[in-house]
Amino acid sequence: MAEPITVPTPQQIIEPAVAGRTETMVLNMGPHHPSTHGVLRLVLELDGEVVVNVAPDVGYLHTGIEKTMESKTYQKAVVLTDRMDYLAPLSNNLCYALAVEKLLGVEIPERAQIARVLLTELQRISSHLVWLGTHALDLAAMSVFLYAFREREQILDIFELVSGARMMTSYFRIGGLAYDLPADFIPTVEQFLAIMPSRIDEYEDLLTANPLWLERTVGVGVIDAQSAIALGLTGANLRATGVAYDVRKAMPYSGYETYSFEIPIGKNGDIYDRYRVRIAEMRQSVKIVQQATERLRELGPGPVVTSDRKVAPPPKREITESMESLIHHFKLWTEGFKPPRGDAYVSIESPRGILGCYVVSDGSPKPWRVHFRAPSFINLQSLAHMAKGRMVADLVALIASLDPVLGEVDR
Amino acid sequence: MPEMTPAELRARLAEALPAALVEAEPLAITPPPAHGPQPGLFAPPDPLVRPDQLVAAALFVRDTLGYAYLSDIAVVDYLHAGCFELVYRFYHPAGGPSIVLRVRVPRDEPVAPSLTPHWPAANFHEREAFDLFGIEFTGHPYLRRIYMWDEFEGFPMRKDFPRQGDKYLGGESEG
Repeated sequence: MAEPITVPTPQQIIEPAVAGRTETMVLNMGPHHPSTHGVLRLVLELDGEVVVNVAPDVGYLHTGIEKTMESKTYQKAVVLTDRMDYLAPLSNNLCYALAVEKLLGVEIPERAQIARVLLTELQRISSHLVWLGTHALDLAAMSVFLYAFREREQILDIFELVSGARMMTSYFRIGGLAYDLPADFIPTVEQFLAIMPSRIDEYEDLLTANPLWLERTVGVGVIDAQSAIALGLTGANLRATGVAYDVRKAMPYSGYETYSFEIPIGKNGDIYDRYRVRIAEMRQSVKIVQQATERLRELGPGPVVTSDRKVAPPPKREITESMESLIHHFKLWTEGFKPPRGDAYVSIESPRGILGCYVVSDGSPKPWRVHFRAPSFINLQSLAHMAKGRMVADLVALIASLDPVLGEVDR
Repeated sequence: MPEMTPAELRARLAEALPAALVEAEPLAITPPPAHGPQPGLFAPPDPLVRPDQLVAAALFVRDTLGYAYLSDIAVVDYLHAGCFELVYRFYHPAGGPSIVLRVRVPRDEPVAPSLTPHWPAANFHEREAFDLFGIEFTGHPYLRRIYMWDEFEGFPMRKDFPRQGDKYLGGESEG
């Protein structure tokens, strides 16, 4: 390795500048800068317009979600996971639910399993659409934003159909789904699938060969595979460097091993490759959603929560007939379930990278500790490495291409 | 895809770095109740590493076993056992399940060696652990708070951090 990789802190840049020891200029970017996609603050050390060093400063959205979870029962903590990565709440729901299910050792019905895969893949498309729209907007291609949000709206309508909420869905509960899929779910999804491939072509028509887009993205913000792994970069950002690492293949969960799809990879690890990888991922997600829809149709109606009454409440009509069901219902809503003592870790491929959830149970109805490995947070470490020696305008493109969600960075 | 069970990892570590491993005492997460059945103890199967041997063990995992991703450092506060446990999680770029190294540091002197000089991915994880749990990582190039502001006192994720009242807003909230 030529130069050791460092991740500077804001103070490391500010303090020498205040003491007057440097010739460079220090500039504050954010936390209210529109291109920082939230409340990310960057401290830039500039030589003219060239970035000498850049330090991300996070914590403006820190809400102590991990701490709050320690005082909620397992089932009630699901709603908090929505608020982390607010562009992909279903992925967060899934990761947390899988971790607690692993702790409990419960199996969930196949219909719920398929619905989870289907909806998280739709979520991946919608999250990538926000990335695409805002990324293009940062580089002054305004129409892409409007096109991307048109399709995202359709996906949010599907979420509203299944869960009643457009964004904070809390639809995946421990043991299965919150409630069954509505009758017109499959036709609505199929309607969306029918138009989506041509819409992705439309975005590509606007950008992929556009000279202005190429000028701003090709060869900008480059990171090689070795540095990316050393810095813990994950998700599409890592795959753009040519490393085909995707948790859906590397450690399949929720039955991903039974779906046929490919992992798109890039070559150069620049902004353009990240763009190509995410566009290709949307096409793969459409493929997975198609397979899942067919399976749902073949499977027909069925239960969507586990039959383990210690984890999921019994159906309402059973309560009127069975004393035992009434007791289960009462116990679950007053106290919650008690997983055995121990810990469980699950990682999934969220739209932003490896999302991990570590749960420790002390045998009580509330978790002793919940820890999330937030991909956006770790991905920000590589920002300085990619931005050094580039222009400030390239930094704007670079932040957008990393696709951080600050709710998840700070938790 | 490489797959390594905790027992295999322990055997490899015992062979390469016999001084690094310590026998893991099972933990009582909560104090035993006065009445009723005694809860079982929590004993994770992963190898427990001596804090001063952590860097050697982690570099063995990376360079010899090929687990090149340092994915996660989670800290758990075992208040009643008097220690913090640091859970280091590594992945292999070829896929397969993760492997885990655990380190326990006493609560009254939480010091662990930093992996950051060898492994840049550890930087933010260690700053987070320092910020929220107050774990000192010796050798970290710039250990500063990452979420909370610099003047903040105390470590909010610790189990004994008061959950009521706010010294910045004054007074105590309703109990």
